[in-house]
Amino acid sequence: MKRVLSALGAFAAAVVLWETLVRLEIWPPMLAPSPVDVGAYLLESARDRSLLDAAAVTVKRLLLGYAAGLGAGVPIGLLCARFRFFEDTVGLVALGLQTLPSVCWVPLALLWFGQTEAAMFFIVVMGSLWSIVLATDNGVRHVPPIYARAARTMGSRGMHTWIKVVLPAALPFVVTGMKQGFAFAWRSLMAAEIYVTILTGFGLGHLLHYGRELLAMDAVAGIMIVILVIGLLCDKILFSPLERFLHRRWGT
Amino acid sequence: MEATIERASAAASPPKLVVDGVSKRFRVRRDEIRALDCASLRVAEGECVCLVGPSGCGKSTLLNLIAGLDVPDSGSVSVDGKRVTGPGIDRMMMFQESALFPWLDVLGNVLFGLSFKADLTAAERRDVARHHLALVGLERFERANVHELSGGMKQRVALARALAPNPRILLMDEPFAALDAMTREQLYADLQRIWAERRKTVVFVTHNVREAACLGDRVVLFSPRPGRIRAEFAIDLDRPRDINTVELASHASIVTRALKGLLGSGPGEAVE
Repeated sequence: MKRVLSALGAFAAAVVLWETLVRLEIWPPMLAPSPVDVGAYLLESARDRSLLDAAAVTVKRLLLGYAAGLGAGVPIGLLCARFRFFEDTVGLVALGLQTLPSVCWVPLALLWFGQTEAAMFFIVVMGSLWSIVLATDNGVRHVPPIYARAARTMGSRGMHTWIKVVLPAALPFVVTGMKQGFAFAWRSLMAAEIYVTILTGFGLGHLLHYGRELLAMDAVAGIMIVILVIGLLCDKILFSPLERFLHRRWGT
Repeated sequence: MEATIERASAAASPPKLVVDGVSKRFRVRRDEIRALDCASLRVAEGECVCLVGPSGCGKSTLLNLIAGLDVPDSGSVSVDGKRVTGPGIDRMMMFQESALFPWLDVLGNVLFGLSFKADLTAAERRDVARHHLALVGLERFERANVHELSGGMKQRVALARALAPNPRILLMDEPFAALDAMTREQLYADLQRIWAERRKTVVFVTHNVREAACLGDRVVLFSPRPGRIRAEFAIDLDRPRDINTVELASHASIVTRALKGLLGSGPGEAVE
């Protein structure tokens, strides 16, 4: 409780400082919105649902693309760890593509899929997939061989060993990769939404883009806060339980 | 001395486990290491045989071959007359590191070995697992996580995990080497109590001669490079044995003397 109160106090102080700086008019008021204006924008756009709808569209794209990236990335990572051929081919490509800034996928996605949901989906998958592949691969390679040996003496074979022993043993690495993959997915989706206008859904990135076009700094700041909060919430909801589990079980 | 310690003779009943002329080589870069050279061993049902020798003498290699984790280059291992071709739940293994799975709790670890017992229901598996945790004195720790256990407790869980599927043969690869002396002595007592109840056939690898004399009905001495069986000693002391008694120490000292003779002498020399 004390931690919550002191954190809240710090945030309140930051807002007061922000308001003070704005009132001093060091910067042109057009470029430095006051927290009151930003709050008013957030309230207003929550009331007319424009912000909520955009957030829903964006989060849906994020979760769909990320789920696909995760669903494909873990098995591909296992294949890379198991078969040298996959390591030498897919693994190498994954290593290269992981370093590719995900916004680089936008032109390609547009040419292939046009201004569609498929383009968005593709960009998010490409953003998240490779770090999940690499983390799974790396995690499996770090599993002490004694676990698989012990499992074999108890009668575990083939797929059972992979699913019940190797994968859970690699979980600390896999979760790190999942978090990184999620961060990349989120970034690539924002880049895609800012650059690409599509008619099937108006996301937060689009809203942000139009905020700039209209020179509505209160909207730009407000939307950025919403994007930040969504990232934070996803982390807490998706990964905190997993990390608590790892912490409890592994004692790390 | 000849009266109490003699070369062990073959058991009268048909042996549970037969190791027949087994050799195993490993390639390390350009070198070839003869980890085990023509080793033969017979273990009777319910007998506890301790394999002793300096590191690199092939005793763990032999254990892995019996477990079916490795395949011999020549010779054969058979249990009840049937040739071993791979791991099986009639032979459970305990390792120096507990090899407990950190993603499962204590009960989950014991249940893992039971998941291959097709004839048990989930409730029965749970009962069997709890029974074996009670047997090693850890019934109150079934929900504990592996990292919360001490080294001795981990090996107790590993023992419960190995015993739960009811194997006929227990293979133990220096399971107490990493524990402190007090914990070890407690485990010797527990182990002897459990064996007395369950009558398992045990092959126990150790480099600690006293430990071997305390636990083994028979101590088999290995020498390294190439790994060979060099001598056997019967330990006919009453059980349960206390590792601190004078009789046990005198048995151990004879094995130790033979071991030192082995290390001093060149390969091929007979040791008695």
